[in-house]
Amino acid sequence: MTRAFLLAIGVLLPASVLAVLVALAFGSVAIPMAELLAVFTDDASRLHSTLVLDLRLPRALAAFAAGGLLGIAGALMQVLLRNPLADPYVLGLSGGASVGALLAMLAGLSMFSVSVAAFAGALLSTVIVFGLAHGTGSWTPTRLLLTGVVVAAGWGAMISFILAVSPTAELPGMLYWLMGDVSHATNPYPAWGVLVLVVLLALPLGRTLNVLARGPMQAAALGVAVRPVEWSIYIAAALITATAVTQVGAVGFVGLIVPHMLRLIFGNDQRVILPASALAGGILLTLADTLARTIIAPEQLPVGVITAMLGVPVFLFLLYRSR
Amino acid sequence: MAERPQPVARPQPHRDVAEARSVHEAPGPDTLLATRNLVIDVPGRTAGAPLDLTVNPGQCWGILGPNGAGKSTLLHTLAGLRDARAGRVELQGTPLAQHARRDLARGLGLVFQKHHDGFPATVLETALIGRHPYLRPWDIETAQDYTLARRALAEMDLSGMEDRLVDTLSGGERQRLAIATVLTQDPALLLLDEPTSQLDLHHQVAVLNRVRTIAAQAGRAAILVLHDVNLAARYCDHLLLLFPDGAACWGPTPTMLVPGALERLYNQSLSVGEIDGRPVFLPTIP
Repeated sequence: MTRAFLLAIGVLLPASVLAVLVALAFGSVAIPMAELLAVFTDDASRLHSTLVLDLRLPRALAAFAAGGLLGIAGALMQVLLRNPLADPYVLGLSGGASVGALLAMLAGLSMFSVSVAAFAGALLSTVIVFGLAHGTGSWTPTRLLLTGVVVAAGWGAMISFILAVSPTAELPGMLYWLMGDVSHATNPYPAWGVLVLVVLLALPLGRTLNVLARGPMQAAALGVAVRPVEWSIYIAAALITATAVTQVGAVGFVGLIVPHMLRLIFGNDQRVILPASALAGGILLTLADTLARTIIAPEQLPVGVITAMLGVPVFLFLLYRSR
Repeated sequence: MAERPQPVARPQPHRDVAEARSVHEAPGPDTLLATRNLVIDVPGRTAGAPLDLTVNPGQCWGILGPNGAGKSTLLHTLAGLRDARAGRVELQGTPLAQHARRDLARGLGLVFQKHHDGFPATVLETALIGRHPYLRPWDIETAQDYTLARRALAEMDLSGMEDRLVDTLSGGERQRLAIATVLTQDPALLLLDEPTSQLDLHHQVAVLNRVRTIAAQAGRAAILVLHDVNLAARYCDHLLLLFPDGAACWGPTPTMLVPGALERLYNQSLSVGEIDGRPVFLPTIP
């Protein structure tokens, strides 16, 4: 375990720094590396200084934090449901957040209110999915996953309805939010706080999650207090997702693809997968956002389009290469 | 075949008696596991004889009964994974409910009939999770934990498979891995649910020999659910017969090997033979 942990962190930590540097260097204006370093030593041009420190840095950090949160939320849900298909998107959390955000946009509220509405929507969806899946008996992973998928479909219908009745002027903003958009994330620090906290809490819980992945009965027989641990994971995953979605909109694929890719490379120890998911998710979203700003600059693409376009072929390739 | 004297401790089964009678033993200060008026919660069964079992160190118990008699349910109840309908289970003199889950996992370990593997893991990783009850949240498995896991794998004849993925194992290998995991867990009381159901003859004997050796160690015991009456007769010193209607009887093995009781247990007529001075039971074929 120690070797895999050091390998994963040893590769992903420098890669994270590199990803943020790339995000600072590229965009509508490319800044050479020497000039970029000069920004931090305080003898760059005012324009570059503003561009890097005031515009690109907060955005890159926001993308990294949100990607890291989505990655770790996906990893947690996959252990909880013992199913590699589980992620915040599939389970309807992102859908609930989207409906909340779109309703707030339709009402013409401020960007801050849109965030609050998205957060509330994600939590509402969590309560609905978990409450219904629990039903009269105890919930099973399959039932929880199915409930999530169906609730997500319901949110999808509501999203279509809202889009259909919204004034044309509102549509571009709504569509961007639905596909993920980092341009509104100006204050990355709360998300970073949550990310660091979650990683610190998840690390000592890793071995318990390894045991839990083998089923609740086996976990109980090995001394795990199953019910409290499961509830904590679900609540944590919901809060993490809500925080991420509030920052960058409904970005899909990160929570699904990142943990799975890491499992194919580093094996299945949650003590490795959880921190690695945070770093790799951050890297993926940071680079995706850089591409989104660069490809058709000065126009921007929604970042969710890029995560899907990058993630799908890489994922399929890794799956094909594995046994 | 040479004439052998009948061992005193192994009386011949009472061929003429159709009923086996329970032998109640009062729990003593060393008793590992005791049940008091325990009625297990088998879905759809209203009746159920209360069980007053006393498992003392050094004993190896076999649970026999037909499908659906509640053998697995009983084992899960003894492990504290299921609530009983009535009565209670005591481990080392303390009711299960008063033990923390983690402490319980050091006192007793359970091998399930079915194994869920979730995400693919290696054989060594799977055996190592047996150390979970001994490690604090921030601890990492030590060299000693690895040694214990490797030794358990060697005992279950799985050496050299440490890096194999669990989902590539055969059914019997998977079952031996589950037993290796509980050996790594190293609890005082071993609870094994049909541990030999998928094993070849050699490995059945190897596993049961190992289990009996462990049960004979100071402060330890084992309870096995078995389907093979003859293996149970050979390896277990106490038997518990669970009848489909909820009736039960238990006691030292020789007192339980009553052909009439076993025939009623399995609803199957049996022919009784004798090998090495021990009774052997085979189904009668019309």
